[in-house]
Amino acid sequence: MSTSTVPSVARRLTLFPRLSGAAFSGILIALFLMAFLILPVAQVVYVAFLDARTGAFTLQNFEDFFNTTLFRESFLNSFYVSAMSVVFATMIALPLAYITSRFNFAGTAVIQALGIIPLIMPPFVGAVAMTLLFGRNGTFNLLLNQYFGFRIPFMEGLNGVILVQSIHYFPFILINLSAALRNIDRSMEEAAQNLGSSGVRMFRRVVFPLAMPGYLAGAALVFIKVFDDLGTPLLLNVNTMLAPQAYLRITGVGINDPMGYVISFILVAFSVFALWASFLFMRGKDYATVQKGGGGLSKRDLRPREKMLAWVTILLILALVLSPHLGLVLLAFGTIWSFSPLPDAFTLQHFATVFTQSQQYIWNTILYAGSAAIIDVVLGTAIAYIVLRTGLPGRKWLDYMATAALAVPGVVLGIGYLRMFHTVQLPFGLGQMSSFWGIIIIALAVRRLPYALRACMAALQQVSLSLEEAAESLGASKTSTIRRVVVPLMTGGILAGFVTSFATAAVELSATIMLVGRSSDAPLAYGIYLYMQSPAGRGAGAALGILAVVMVALGTYLSQRIIERDRARRAASPGADH
Amino acid sequence: MKHIKTGIRIENLHLSFGQTEVLAGIDMEIQPGEFFAFLGPSGSGKSTLLRAIAGFGPTPRGRILIGDRDVADLPPWKRNVGMVFQSYALWPHMSVRQNVAFGPEERRLPRREIGPKVEAALELVGLLHLADRMPSQLSGGQQQRVALARTIAVEPQVLLLDEPLSNLDAALRVQMRRELLALQRKLGLTTIFVTHDQEEANTTSDRMAVLDGGVIQQIGTPQELYDTPANAFVAGFLGTANILEGQCDGIRFVTRGGHVIPVAKPVANARRIVLRPQNITLQGNATEGALRGSVRHREFLGSQIRYLVETADGQIIVDTLHSSGTQPFDEGAVVGLSIDSLSAPLLS
Repeated sequence: MSTSTVPSVARRLTLFPRLSGAAFSGILIALFLMAFLILPVAQVVYVAFLDARTGAFTLQNFEDFFNTTLFRESFLNSFYVSAMSVVFATMIALPLAYITSRFNFAGTAVIQALGIIPLIMPPFVGAVAMTLLFGRNGTFNLLLNQYFGFRIPFMEGLNGVILVQSIHYFPFILINLSAALRNIDRSMEEAAQNLGSSGVRMFRRVVFPLAMPGYLAGAALVFIKVFDDLGTPLLLNVNTMLAPQAYLRITGVGINDPMGYVISFILVAFSVFALWASFLFMRGKDYATVQKGGGGLSKRDLRPREKMLAWVTILLILALVLSPHLGLVLLAFGTIWSFSPLPDAFTLQHFATVFTQSQQYIWNTILYAGSAAIIDVVLGTAIAYIVLRTGLPGRKWLDYMATAALAVPGVVLGIGYLRMFHTVQLPFGLGQMSSFWGIIIIALAVRRLPYALRACMAALQQVSLSLEEAAESLGASKTSTIRRVVVPLMTGGILAGFVTSFATAAVELSATIMLVGRSSDAPLAYGIYLYMQSPAGRGAGAALGILAVVMVALGTYLSQRIIERDRARRAASPGADH
Repeated sequence: MKHIKTGIRIENLHLSFGQTEVLAGIDMEIQPGEFFAFLGPSGSGKSTLLRAIAGFGPTPRGRILIGDRDVADLPPWKRNVGMVFQSYALWPHMSVRQNVAFGPEERRLPRREIGPKVEAALELVGLLHLADRMPSQLSGGQQQRVALARTIAVEPQVLLLDEPLSNLDAALRVQMRRELLALQRKLGLTTIFVTHDQEEANTTSDRMAVLDGGVIQQIGTPQELYDTPANAFVAGFLGTANILEGQCDGIRFVTRGGHVIPVAKPVANARRIVLRPQNITLQGNATEGALRGSVRHREFLGSQIRYLVETADGQIIVDTLHSSGTQPFDEGAVVGLSIDSLSAPLLS
């Protein structure tokens, strides 16, 4: 890492003659994150405290916000919907986690699938389909009314948002809670039994408290995701929530309206607060207690009646979780579906419409999500290397900055870009920077960077330092060590990061919706949103939705396969530590 | 804290994990107040046996009597045996005091009795001043003591210790084993101690059982087991042993290589003789000894020098005391081995 190993690239730079390649890349990445994450968000926060006319510092905007009935209601609604989504998501996740961690149960594979299925469909895609299944005149209520004479308001107003969100986001709680339960060493439970404790009492006093940090991490994530989500309320036509209000103010009233910024500030503040609170609670409570050689909690077989109960629970949840998918399929292949339990007839017409009229959505998506994912893995690999393998001062800040994107809602990033770049004119007739399609790619890249970065970090941590030292001792320079040893060994992780970034960027709506300049530049998610606006377009919207789901499902499957294959290969080679 | 001394009797205990039999017919009796060790290599079934006494793991066949009560069919929480886990298993979300109070609370003791009981237990292990710490703020040795206090606080009939010293560093291990023994003597609590370390078993236990392959190889005091091992496994597991094959005729043991070793107590049908390395001396004059060989390898161990000597009966390990100034034998030197054979045990 001394100047003697400085790669030739940096040596040609006469302006900074003593800068190493790593330092140079680090500075470039820091500048990128500054320009496209920190400054836009700072700008949004700053404007929230400015008087729109005089430009002086003021708290007036916040006063106006809380004096307006609509905003107060939106704030309370957002809070209520998020909290209730956490409650319902817990009600779904808790029995599933309990069954898998405590019992030998054949349905465990189904439960694992339940943890993935919802995540492959963005909630806004299934929202309209859910209305057709569970709405006032949807399949379920029509049948209920016909046979029993009453309806259940599943989808009325905020209920609809809560239902769709909790079905979509409960896996976050399930995954975190299950992991926490799995990490409890068997001896923790045995010690309690040895001292005379058993059954529910032991679960309450010992097992659940130990799993609490995992549960809270999942619950905080669900709360933030729901609080920040724009697409679902928008598609369900619920506008009295914070994110839709921010979107409507900026697109309706204009870029200078302070209310959009106040709402953005509240969204960011809540996200940061929730992450900070869960971090604070978790600190010093690393309850991962599994010892080497010890197993997780002991499992017992279910009695026949318990087994029945478990299957009924799981199948009910499975039906609920699959209903948006089912509804979407019906919508995509049905002709007319209104006031009837099922569509009148089935057709392929909607897919034909999509392929003849709306191909640009698909190509744009591949271009945007693909480019964003490439940017993510390049930045992710570089940041991982700089953080883990160099001694550059302040290197941790690259990690913090990139990860900070997690706390920034898409709407806020979109508004920040609009504010910062609407005055920037691009050369070559590309027009305003804020409505140039390239900015969508950057927004997607910044939003998905934390995921790609984690994948790259994990991959690099598994490459033993001694493998690099071996290459260097055989005479390889730093650059060629990275190129010939480090990156090839990280391939699995990098690929997994790419696929995850791609699949999730392909269906991202909240930042995109603010930045799409014209329909011909729009990606899939935006196309779905446009189609779903009118009853006539729903069929085609659903067809696009199915394409999106297939894309994400394939991506998820691929990244799982890559990770598994990589793990298998690693297990076979003695060179890696861990 | 008073304990009524309780004995343990295990009768014909079998236990399997699926198809694999881990305990194959265990019979033993542990006296009230005894400090008893289960010694064996990993996979010998010693921990499984301990866990079966506590009620963990698959249900065994056979009887486990604690006092007069057969506990084999009772769940762990009804057995009243105290177990200290290898990992200590202190609950990280509870303070030291809460950890120790857990057992008395589960037994629904009145609140005014719990406090003094907890303090007495912590006092006993010398950690009363740390009662309000969290387990993560304690050192390994302190955690170990808390785990011990937590177990003692419920006044169990017997105390089970599963490799209690294995997570401590070497110096602390020696100190802790002395403290454990002192505490056991003070309470008079029947105690079983599982270990794979023969030194730990030797220094603490009144008697011990050596296990291998799910079978008890021998039970006895440490000295009995060392001096008169029942078989080659026990001989080899307790200290280093040279085991020579041959035949016993009357007062002599004739090795396969033709060497004659006189024995004090001849055993009919004896096929093997156990020679401890320190009971053999080397002489430079090769003709004197009954056995001859050449030095293959030499290791300097400080107080001793260990030689590996190639003989007609295979390689033999010889330990000689080292005192400064003496000249050790070189590798390749031809030496005579004289054997203090009167104490050498014979095996069938």
